[in-house]
Amino acid sequence: MIKKFIRGALALMILVLPGVGSAESVKIGFVTTLTTGAAVIGNDMRDAVNLAVEDLNGKMGGLDIEVIFADDGFKPETGKQVTDKLVKSDDVDFVAGYIWSHVLLASQKSVLNADKFLISANAGPSQLAGKLCHRDFFSTSWQNDQTPMAMGAVLSQRGVSKLYVMAPNYAAGKNMVAGVERTFKGEIVGKDLTKWGKDAQLDFSAELAKAKASGAEALFVFYPGKAGGAFMKQYEQAGLADKLPLYTVFTVDAISLPKLQQANMKAVLGSLTTGFWGPGLKNPQNARFVEGFLKKFGRYPSFYAAQSYDSIFLINSAVEAVGGDLQDRDGMRAAMEKADFPSVRGSFSYGANHFPIQNFYLLEVVADGNGNWTTEIRSTVFENHQDTYVADCRL
Amino acid sequence: MDSALVMIQVLNGLQLGVLLFLLAAGLTLVFGIMDFINLAHGAFYMLGAFICATLALWLDSFLLAVLLAVPITFVIGVVVELGIARQLYQADHLEQILATFGLILIADTLVQMIWGPEGLTFALPEILNGQVRLFYDVEFPVYRILIISAGLLVALALYLVVSHTRIGMLIRAGASNRRMVEALGVDIRMLFTLVFAAGAAMAGLAGLMIAPITEASIGMGNEILIVAFVVIVIGGIGSVQGAFLGAMLVGLIDTLGRSFLDDFLRLFLSHQAAETSAPAISAMLIYILMAVILTFRPQGLFGVRSS
Amino acid sequence: MSKSGGWLAVVTVLGALLLPFWAEYAGEPFILDVIIRLMILAIAASSLNLILGYSGMVSLGHAVFIGIGAYAVGIPAYYDLNSGWLQLAAALGASGCFALLTGLICLRTRGAYFIMITLAFAQMMYFIFVSIEEYGGDDGLVIYSRSEMGPGVDLDDNSQLYFLVLFCLIAVMILIHRLTRSDFGQVIRSIKINEVRMQALGFDTFRYRLVCYVISGMICGLAGWLLGNFTGFISPEMMDWTRSGELIAMVLLGGAATVVGPLLGAGIFIGVETLLPEMTIYWHLYLGILLIIVAKFGRGGLLGWWTRWQGRSRP
Repeated sequence: MIKKFIRGALALMILVLPGVGSAESVKIGFVTTLTTGAAVIGNDMRDAVNLAVEDLNGKMGGLDIEVIFADDGFKPETGKQVTDKLVKSDDVDFVAGYIWSHVLLASQKSVLNADKFLISANAGPSQLAGKLCHRDFFSTSWQNDQTPMAMGAVLSQRGVSKLYVMAPNYAAGKNMVAGVERTFKGEIVGKDLTKWGKDAQLDFSAELAKAKASGAEALFVFYPGKAGGAFMKQYEQAGLADKLPLYTVFTVDAISLPKLQQANMKAVLGSLTTGFWGPGLKNPQNARFVEGFLKKFGRYPSFYAAQSYDSIFLINSAVEAVGGDLQDRDGMRAAMEKADFPSVRGSFSYGANHFPIQNFYLLEVVADGNGNWTTEIRSTVFENHQDTYVADCRL
Repeated sequence: MDSALVMIQVLNGLQLGVLLFLLAAGLTLVFGIMDFINLAHGAFYMLGAFICATLALWLDSFLLAVLLAVPITFVIGVVVELGIARQLYQADHLEQILATFGLILIADTLVQMIWGPEGLTFALPEILNGQVRLFYDVEFPVYRILIISAGLLVALALYLVVSHTRIGMLIRAGASNRRMVEALGVDIRMLFTLVFAAGAAMAGLAGLMIAPITEASIGMGNEILIVAFVVIVIGGIGSVQGAFLGAMLVGLIDTLGRSFLDDFLRLFLSHQAAETSAPAISAMLIYILMAVILTFRPQGLFGVRSS
Repeated sequence: MSKSGGWLAVVTVLGALLLPFWAEYAGEPFILDVIIRLMILAIAASSLNLILGYSGMVSLGHAVFIGIGAYAVGIPAYYDLNSGWLQLAAALGASGCFALLTGLICLRTRGAYFIMITLAFAQMMYFIFVSIEEYGGDDGLVIYSRSEMGPGVDLDDNSQLYFLVLFCLIAVMILIHRLTRSDFGQVIRSIKINEVRMQALGFDTFRYRLVCYVISGMICGLAGWLLGNFTGFISPEMMDWTRSGELIAMVLLGGAATVVGPLLGAGIFIGVETLLPEMTIYWHLYLGILLIIVAKFGRGGLLGWWTRWQGRSRP
């Protein structure tokens, strides 16, 4: 019976798995979070990928594009399992996606050891920019430290001398704190790393009370996804809006703004954030992307969506360069290293560790012409900025 | 650390404490009387939050939303009791864990299917959004004072019901000796439904009260449920007083630990070591408390039944 | 074990021995991954079955031993200590010690209190590993090389790892089969039914239960050692209480207090986990329904159904 069961299961599995290795298509595995509350980010990324495939008319270098989405369930172990499946069973040519640094770190070996290309469309852990950098790994986002470094510079420019810092206790959270510490010249009077993961801490009353009592002049936070909305509400309720100005990274974005608007949380309007991209960034590719996204899905794309859209165009540039010959991995790699594709962030170049060298902007939360809340670029903080870990990368 | 900050954190601890109590009260009664381990009790917490958020957005009134959401959760409690929970009272703990673990998965998925993954948020009325000055330099959000007061009122009401009414007498009797109550010819099934649904409504109340602060999100009940279990084990299964004391202990220790442990550890450790170890130790504190209490009192503080 | 059962076992083992060759031939290396995972979880579920099924101790923190075993691979590997024997000794030693120390406290409690205190200790370990930044904290630790077991053995080869896991699984199943039928096993089973009577008969029941708990913890540590090698990655999340809940589900799905039950349960679980997400992102709904059905009607799990069905079909 056991054997029957195993055989049945195997037979079922083979039935379910898509046919192996048809040479007529480019197969892209896209790993993101499609269940749990974080699925709101994953859905945004998936929508952007589908839009990109549509905008490419479903073809790359004469081949059909086949995207297989996989759910990491917000867990590193599950992320690695689905990555293994994409690599070994679906035999994809590229694996892209990855919201979370820890999921990417757990999964990278499976992709890179199997001689596939790995494209991070969000996570940018310091390890992959430094010691673990790999010739087949590319990022269409940023190294985690860069965005908070821009914010640290903004804070110093604005004459803030005492800062309170809050972030979740995981790889990206620590990178964010390290980033702001690197460029902020004043004193950090308090720091809280709160519990993260699927049971993340969402009540920040204790931390906010500490921040209020700390004598800080400004509050820096990083709370991605749903935690961002929760944080903003409590910031407003704690009556800190006019006492402790808020500076965020990856917290107030197109994911949280519609909800905050629905709940009429006006404290968020006028708050500042930094980033490599904003929906209003002026270049033809971005105009096409944002308009297309607004038209198709009726909402602003988030930066997660922008990076995912870019990841498909990066892959497209590689496949086009070799004329659809997916065996020519050196050719594809060389093409991607040039970063010669229309990016929503405008033109940029790749560093030795395959992380973008790009501009960072100061963004302000505003209401657009139709009254929808979004972010608008105010000034350029860094031009052609490169992460600091590239020095540890031996490529 | 100054006294004003300590005062504020004590209030924050009380707030967590009353939320835990609202969850733990239903849990401990269901556990004590029906001998039913309900891992899915946190689902009512989540449902209360989602229903209240939906109603608040529809009706544009938080008060109306609360007044409707609590009875709705009560009704859902009745339905779940009649449909599923009732079948499991005779099963052993193991099967109850398995079934209610399954219920968690179902509840979380259904919520995602109905409301989407992104969760719901809504604004409080202007009047609840401000700060109130308690004494000369201690300011505290009005809404959190409301949570604490509401929680304490429910606790008081529950205490009066349990200790001074006929139903309460049956509940107490049921918690210490179920067979005896059945032998007295009481319609025990009716009592079970009532207790289960009341527990659901209290959990729903806790969830909808926290929703304006953290927002309603998938799986929000699961983490706090584990803490609620810690509470009832510390307090003693089946005891409402125990649940209250346990909830306040856990709420205060957790909040004060998160706030002051790193300052405290700095007295013995280097700055760096204190900063890195404090979050972990503060997260562990309540479990350490529970292990210590169970080591010396295997029945919890107010254990009403010997197993 | 009945005669047909014996034949079935032989055929299954033969099939299992041939599987890697078939996977290679069919060009389906992923199936090997699935089966390795299945067998590792079967070992973990078997260890839980020892205390839960045979001795009536319901632990909601058993996954902690998987975590300990996996970290016993990861932490030495972090310092370039890749000797498999050293890591195995560390895994068994650490999980045994942890079981002994926590068992001394946990086993003083009964019923629901036991469930909760095992959960509490697992949560503590979870938070301890979350806090150790050196070993990755919340993000977990990537294990760059699998255990080195000596010349001629290369666990980086998935087929070899497969045979190692298969060997461990069979050894564990035989061990549990023997153990539960020994005098020790008789005492343990009798304690489950009536502890007071066993005490009256002069047995030191606490000590028997403690030994059983420690053996169970060590077997689960072995599963962790294998899992760490297999996934090449460990995180505190592996010790989460939901993982312990999944182990309980596996034991009950297959059939508690049977040697084969946990293997069947792990098989069902892996099957569901592998196949359902392909069809719908709402697959947790169906898993949940399955668990409720098993709890409600599935006394004895799949194996229980099988025996009842066989009993009915016979005249």
